[in-house]
Amino acid sequence: MHVNSVRTQKTAGRMVANEPLWFRILLISLCYLIAIVLIIVPLIYVFVQAFSEGISGWWNNLFNDAETRHSVFLTLIVVPLAVLVNTVCGVAAAWTLTKFKFPGRTLLMTALDLPFAVSPVVAGLMFVLLYNLRTGYFAPLLNEIGFKIIFAWPGLVMATMFVTIPFVARELIPLMQALGDDEELAAVSLGASPWQIFWRVTLPNIKWGLLFGVIQCNARAIGEFGAVYVVSGRIERETYTMALRVEKLFQDYNNPGSYAVASVLTLMALSTLVLKIILERMVAASMEQSSSE
Amino acid sequence: MSISVQNLSKRFGDFVALKNVNLEVPSDSLTALLGPSGSGKTTLLRIISGLESADEGSILFKDEDVTTRSARDREVGFVFQHYALFRHMTVFENVAFGMRVRNAPNGEVRERVNELLHLVRLEGLGQRYPSELSGGQRQRVALARALAVKPRMLLLDEPFGALDAKVRQELRTWLRKLHEEMHVTTVFVTHDQEEAFEMADQVVVMSQGHIEQTGTPQAVFDNPATSFVMDFLGNVNVFHGRVQSGRVQMGPFSLQYDEYQNEEPRNATAYVRPHELDIDRSPSQASLLGKIKQINPAGSVLKVRVAVEEFGVELNVDVTHYRAKQLELKLNDIVYVHPRSVRVFMPETDYVI
Repeated sequence: MHVNSVRTQKTAGRMVANEPLWFRILLISLCYLIAIVLIIVPLIYVFVQAFSEGISGWWNNLFNDAETRHSVFLTLIVVPLAVLVNTVCGVAAAWTLTKFKFPGRTLLMTALDLPFAVSPVVAGLMFVLLYNLRTGYFAPLLNEIGFKIIFAWPGLVMATMFVTIPFVARELIPLMQALGDDEELAAVSLGASPWQIFWRVTLPNIKWGLLFGVIQCNARAIGEFGAVYVVSGRIERETYTMALRVEKLFQDYNNPGSYAVASVLTLMALSTLVLKIILERMVAASMEQSSSE
Repeated sequence: MSISVQNLSKRFGDFVALKNVNLEVPSDSLTALLGPSGSGKTTLLRIISGLESADEGSILFKDEDVTTRSARDREVGFVFQHYALFRHMTVFENVAFGMRVRNAPNGEVRERVNELLHLVRLEGLGQRYPSELSGGQRQRVALARALAVKPRMLLLDEPFGALDAKVRQELRTWLRKLHEEMHVTTVFVTHDQEEAFEMADQVVVMSQGHIEQTGTPQAVFDNPATSFVMDFLGNVNVFHGRVQSGRVQMGPFSLQYDEYQNEEPRNATAYVRPHELDIDRSPSQASLLGKIKQINPAGSVLKVRVAVEEFGVELNVDVTHYRAKQLELKLNDIVYVHPRSVRVFMPETDYVI
């Protein structure tokens, strides 16, 4: 597989070499221009602003501000919860959609993509309309059991989940389709229970794809703004996640504070990117192993 | 353990995979399910294993009805066509899997796995991964894995389908030997009649979801029950003719045919195997004049193609090397071909008289 990719790179190089020089220079410059203007400069600027008062200033902005501290704490609660639930649901969905044939399968498959298409603000609005405690559709039930969803952390988790549902399942479905169910059937005939089959056969085969999906899901969950903004109600020290906090600080003309939080979000995103690259290599390596079968 | 299949039917949507199949597999026998693709042989095997469920009918292991039992509880060793080895496990762990899920103690597992790796001649390869093995080695790992849990029977789906000719031949001989040592009831699926005849005690010929014939290889080969079996079991020469009053008439041939004494003439098809045709330089009673188009050596015989203008057909004739030398056969020679024996089948649709 590695050898293959090297070969394609070479042929690609030769093809480009056939184009006129000016054309090549134009295309390459265009790529650089877009990358610099849209990605690299803003990225550097976040850190320049964040550290404009030095490292101690950055630290102060992050941890000596009770509200900011709370937003970090809240994000560390909401994101793992949403990712965990989505991971379990994503695996279950991928399993169901690939191993069984049932009516409505295609519909379900399409529905999984809906969160990518629907604007997060719309999703947030729907949650507010359905689950608020005064006029919501489920208000009587929620009041009775005393469970507050909107303007509280469960709403934040739900909104985050909605936006990140597709990542795990979307990653796993093609992988599980390619793997087929021969190994699972072999395990059944050897007397394994469904639980044993999942942990000993299915999971080890999909682990890299799963991790990949979880990382993407996590990155998106941390950065989610729109849906969370609507359902949070923006209550200080209660429903401000980091992404919301960035906007709040910015509105309050606290640029260094805003950029400090933004820099942490960016660092998280960058580390996700690095993890993704490492994982991609590992996946390629394990694919190489199994494709030589 | 004997297997009894009773009135089994299975559909996939509109496709009838099996219709009313009955089969007895004697204990400790090696049985081949032989048929072209789509004949239902793999479906039958999977239903016996419990990996697939039947729409109607029942499966008995000895006297015990296992129809509603899941594959997990049937204690059947199943070897998949493409092996289905666990790709993330070593050879050792693959073989150990069945015992691990039963929580067998480590020492026992180690002992049994090593014993099996020795049996399938893969000692020392326990720490390899399936991707590091050749096709033949993977097949043997799959077999060892199936045997590890001491199954009541062994079911193999096209066990040698994906292997090259030489390895296939070796494994056939080896599996036959292994079967004789282990005495475990074995059923395997194949589309290769040579494989079925070489290995099996009992051959079950299937076509379009039903069983055409069951019997020992010799019985099936010598007395094919239907024209399908005759056609499927290797090369045949086909003649179309008529039967009437105890005789079958095909062009210049007229042979005795006691099974049909009616005076009403009926269409019939006669089949002659290549080794049942004789070649000669001079005409004899009921022989056909033809010209040699092709001579190919194939193992112990020469395959000779003779074009017979009278019928507009080309006949396949197996000639021994000795006989060919004696007659000094060469291309474009004019020869006489005559059948030593003929099998006649009347199409069933013609029964409406």
